[in-house]
Amino acid sequence: MSRVLMFKRFERFWHWSQALLIFVLLFTGFAIHGTYEVMRFSTAVQVHTLAAWALIVLWVFAIFWHFTTGEWRQYIPTRDGLLAVMHYYLIGTFTGASHPYKKTTKAKHNPLQRLAYLFFKVVISPIIWVSGLLYLFYNDWPATLAGALELETVALIHTGAAFAMLVFIIAHVYMTTMGKTLTSHIKPMITGYEDLDEHH
Amino acid sequence: MVWRTWHGWAAVLCLFLALPAMALEKSPTTADHSKFKALQGPFEKAEDVTAACLKCHTEAGEQIRGTTHWTWLYEHEETGQTLGKSKVINSFCGMTVTNEPRCTSCHVGYGWQDMNQPPPQAENAVDCLVCHDTTGDYWKFPTLAGYPTSIPREWPKGSGKMVMPPDLEHIAQNVGASGRANCGSCHFHGGGADGVKHGDLDSSLINPPKELDVHMSPDGLNFGCSDCHTTMGHAVSGSRYQANARDTLGIDVPGHTDFSRASCESCHGLAPHDKPKLNDHVDKLACQSCHIPAFARGGVATKTWWDWSTAGRLDEDGKPVKELDENGHPSYLSEKGDFRHGENVVPEYAWFDGTVQYTLAGDPLDIDNPPVAINKVEGSPDDGKSRIWPFKVMRGKQPFDTERQTLLATHVFGADDSSLWSNFNWEKALQAGSDMSGMPYSGQFDFIETTMHWPITHMVAPANDAVKCGSCHKAESRLAGLGGIYMPGHHSNVWLDRIGWLLVAATLFAVLVHAMARIVFSGRKGQ
Repeated sequence: MSRVLMFKRFERFWHWSQALLIFVLLFTGFAIHGTYEVMRFSTAVQVHTLAAWALIVLWVFAIFWHFTTGEWRQYIPTRDGLLAVMHYYLIGTFTGASHPYKKTTKAKHNPLQRLAYLFFKVVISPIIWVSGLLYLFYNDWPATLAGALELETVALIHTGAAFAMLVFIIAHVYMTTMGKTLTSHIKPMITGYEDLDEHH
Repeated sequence: MVWRTWHGWAAVLCLFLALPAMALEKSPTTADHSKFKALQGPFEKAEDVTAACLKCHTEAGEQIRGTTHWTWLYEHEETGQTLGKSKVINSFCGMTVTNEPRCTSCHVGYGWQDMNQPPPQAENAVDCLVCHDTTGDYWKFPTLAGYPTSIPREWPKGSGKMVMPPDLEHIAQNVGASGRANCGSCHFHGGGADGVKHGDLDSSLINPPKELDVHMSPDGLNFGCSDCHTTMGHAVSGSRYQANARDTLGIDVPGHTDFSRASCESCHGLAPHDKPKLNDHVDKLACQSCHIPAFARGGVATKTWWDWSTAGRLDEDGKPVKELDENGHPSYLSEKGDFRHGENVVPEYAWFDGTVQYTLAGDPLDIDNPPVAINKVEGSPDDGKSRIWPFKVMRGKQPFDTERQTLLATHVFGADDSSLWSNFNWEKALQAGSDMSGMPYSGQFDFIETTMHWPITHMVAPANDAVKCGSCHKAESRLAGLGGIYMPGHHSNVWLDRIGWLLVAATLFAVLVHAMARIVFSGRKGQ
């Protein structure tokens, strides 16, 4: 066993503040959508807009961090070992098999995680950003855009992406409980340090 | 130095605080009319006062005779229709034609007895006092074609209350700029009584609290009507036939724009809110749609339903019947039929480009699809000219010619034995209406349900009382049913929501099944 710094300070700050902002955005977003009435519409819009700007700023820093540190490589997809990981989650976890993926600080995400996070980063989030900004600045659309695109289309895409985000979060939160113990995946995201099995 | 002392600063502060209050005061007049010889009287009749006014205000009479206040005619540039009070039918008392002395009690002149003739021609037939009296004692008697009474007269009929002739000398010596009560003496009482017609104009605006009208309240800006309805040679700006539904000129800078302040934008500009998201709404919503949360808010009820078809029912003694609703408003009168009244009425909303099309006396009705529209507000979400406006929609039933399929002139008022209010007989009243007006009538009539749209633009509430975002952005939206907009919180795609929540539920289900399987299997491993 060796104790390594798996998640650096910025990474953890980014992860948890992003998590908080996404929860706020989902909660206020579905309030705006009319799913429930727990707050005033204007409050929901104000909080949603503020949280969206905060998340955009956070993402600007995160993108900068990913490229300057080279951490973006963590999300390069690989087929190598993907089936084994899926097999583990579907069957191995019940039969007492050990996790087929051995993480290192250079490759901290298993192939399934890589795919899921990549999908989160290059599909769900960009769709939310673009549709959200179009939604927010609907009145300032240039004429050519206004002639080609309806607000309704933008709203529906934004809502659809929000559903995808919610599905991601449910799955993601559940998967964090699937370490050796219920919290062994969550602890490193808080403290930064993880005990890795030695393998040479 | 005075600035170094605390009371010096206090003085500056007081001056600063006092400035806004001082700015509200009206400019003092340059003429004390009580000192004018021509106004000393005695005046035998109201026209004599007019003659005295015209001695100095030489052009005023001619100016008045050029306005809609005088002609009761309006040539509509967009629709080509000839409108005006002398031409249109409304869903209250019907037409002015054949009911002249009652209806023309609100004409800005004296003695218009016959609507088939133009208004009286005499120089001194213009009524200066109804608009310029500041004493409150001048009152055009309701049945005298615009004249105040010259002898003590009972009003309302049968009440025993006597109306005294006005003190014309005193009134003439106290003339001034028109105030809310002047305009209101007619415009607050349209439809026969206080608040009946418009819903956003009634006597509560003579001295309104700030909550009722933020501009007109003496506790607020103390505006008179003409502060917004600016005038040009006695012609008053602002029209219900051709409204300015989208003022694109913005703040009205003297010399640069249209000299009309009869739009909110004239003072507030085109981006009036601090919050940008609110300004994003002004392209689609008239200011009034949010800033007048309800009409008839001042304690005066407005009529919302008037069914003429039930008029004429008498009691066993053959006497007219009067019934009141739980709030003390008449719910039935033999003269007029059934009523419903409302206070704090939430407006109905429609796309409006400012143009109003009328169903005039000869126009064919679509009688198979009631209710028929007495007037139609034009506009659509896509024309770039329209915005969503609030309206009072007046509903009721009115007589129509079943053969010719047109609305009819209704002779309701008159001392003769053919008017509805004298003899409670529709056959006679409608025949007389036709005979007196010259409008064709087959002799066959029935009643049809009608609607009439009245734009709501007065009773602007303080900003804090404006319609809340959630009043529209929710399932039961104020704007439900209006096309051309996507309102978050109200609109959605039912299939997107179904599929979305199905996926969420499926994910949760999968997670739960997986978790339970883990618990079960970990238990077995433990054994």
